[in-house]
Amino acid sequence: MNRTQQSEKQQGAIEEQAIEFNDVNFGYVAGKSVLSGIRFNLRRGESMCIVGPNGGGKSTLIKLVLGLQKPTSGEVLVFGKPPGKMRHRVGYMPQYLSFDPQFPITVLDVVLMGRLRTGIQLGSFKKNDRAAAIQALEKVDLVHRARSRFSELSGGQRQRALIARALVDNPDLLLLDEPTANVDQTVEKQFRQTLQSLAGEMSIVIVSHDLNFVSSWLGHVLCVNREVQMHPTSSIDGKTLQEIFGREILAVRHDQECPPGDHVHHHG
Amino acid sequence: MASQLLEALGSPLNGFLRHALIAGLLASALFGMVGTYVVTKRITYIAGAIAHCALGGIGFALFARYELGWEKADPLYGALIAALGAALLIGAVVLSRSEREDTVIGATWATGMAIGFLFVKMVRRGGVSIESWLFGDINFVSRNDLWTVAILGAAVLILILLFHRQFVAVCFDEEFARARGVNVPFFYLLLLCMSAVTVVVLVRLVGIIMVIALLTLPSAISSRFARGLSGMMAWATILCALFLVVGLELSLRWNMIAGPSIILVAAISYFSILLIGKIQNRPALFKKRGQQQGKEQSPT
Repeated sequence: MNRTQQSEKQQGAIEEQAIEFNDVNFGYVAGKSVLSGIRFNLRRGESMCIVGPNGGGKSTLIKLVLGLQKPTSGEVLVFGKPPGKMRHRVGYMPQYLSFDPQFPITVLDVVLMGRLRTGIQLGSFKKNDRAAAIQALEKVDLVHRARSRFSELSGGQRQRALIARALVDNPDLLLLDEPTANVDQTVEKQFRQTLQSLAGEMSIVIVSHDLNFVSSWLGHVLCVNREVQMHPTSSIDGKTLQEIFGREILAVRHDQECPPGDHVHHHG
Repeated sequence: MASQLLEALGSPLNGFLRHALIAGLLASALFGMVGTYVVTKRITYIAGAIAHCALGGIGFALFARYELGWEKADPLYGALIAALGAALLIGAVVLSRSEREDTVIGATWATGMAIGFLFVKMVRRGGVSIESWLFGDINFVSRNDLWTVAILGAAVLILILLFHRQFVAVCFDEEFARARGVNVPFFYLLLLCMSAVTVVVLVRLVGIIMVIALLTLPSAISSRFARGLSGMMAWATILCALFLVVGLELSLRWNMIAGPSIILVAAISYFSILLIGKIQNRPALFKKRGQQQGKEQSPT
């Protein structure tokens, strides 16, 4: 692949790759691989949805892109560089329950955390950081709650605040890990519209066990179950899904986390 | 009734009381701020283990001074070194995730105390007691200690002013902080070391066993009504100072030992607020009140 890239570069035709995985293997424990032989890339400006069964390695893949985990072998590149060097170009929204929702903190302070950078930063956030935070809150229509305590927000508002935190440093790549796991359908619909409006400005990568997210504006679907397969969204049909999940499937319930095992719900 | 505290402060014989009060008020800001991190990061037990480990250093310093003839061995410095050592040890084990956190905390906690008692009991000289370090004794707060408190306190305050945003991120959401490139292990260890220093600062006044309550209770109370961390820190500082003053006043008035009096004032305030919160949140009471109000308001 490197050779191809070089030749493309020579032709001057290459577009910057947002994410590149070159034969990546990863395991938390030696001998037990979570991901093996992963090879795909996502061009800058393009978006994709990562789907697959629980325990298939979706979140691990995101952690590799964030540089929170290092591949056992192979290479992960974000905008052509190791992930640790490109953190300022990546926005991240973790799974909602990764922290204490009762934590005493204002919405503005939550969003400001997205302005943290690698390296030494002394003192409190500066004026331009605050201005960026307010702007990000405007994008998700939450400015009026900037001074509220985060725990007082509704589920949908919290989710928007976390999106604002991911957006506040104007990323070129936005990573969302199970963004709709804890919200109702109305909120989810609004949320999808918000994302869709951002899709032109940056690459968006959404991890979901929820196949409803596989809609036309997300150009690609990456199916992860230890190995990956990249599909254009248009080619996703019942047969592909059956291959991914290892069983016949029409839709997945999206109001709750799918327990592992045979618990996928069929609608219709 | 006039304040016994004000009266006693006016008396020239009570230099120790002035020192104690100044040390306490200086330390309040420190306790309010570091306590806020400790409470929100949920590391009260780690701070407790660090405090109890300080006893190991105190015991060794007393032993070194009276049995080995090291005249410069100061128990306060012994406490500081032991507390910092415990902070780094627990921090390293927690970060490596190689052992259960609570087991390490318990082991460190007991080891520090065992070392402390062992050395103190080896001091043959009369009049050396560990009790004043366990429960605090305001008669011990000297002018020298006051300087130590001021310098240590200033060091921690400077660290907070410089790195508050990193500490907030580490307390709120470690994974996100790491994703943004914050050196989470470094700031976690720094936070534990700051807790160690903070605990040592007031060990003379309230003692090793109870200092953890004064570190966490003011912050725990203010977390119930403050909107953000800065507010929580400000309120915790005020509450900590208030508990110190009221505790000292009561101890003078009723001739009680100061450390436990201060801690009990803090604890009674904390549990009262918990109780009031519980009563307010009882759905049955609310319902009744709501229905009554509804009836009164409905125009019939």
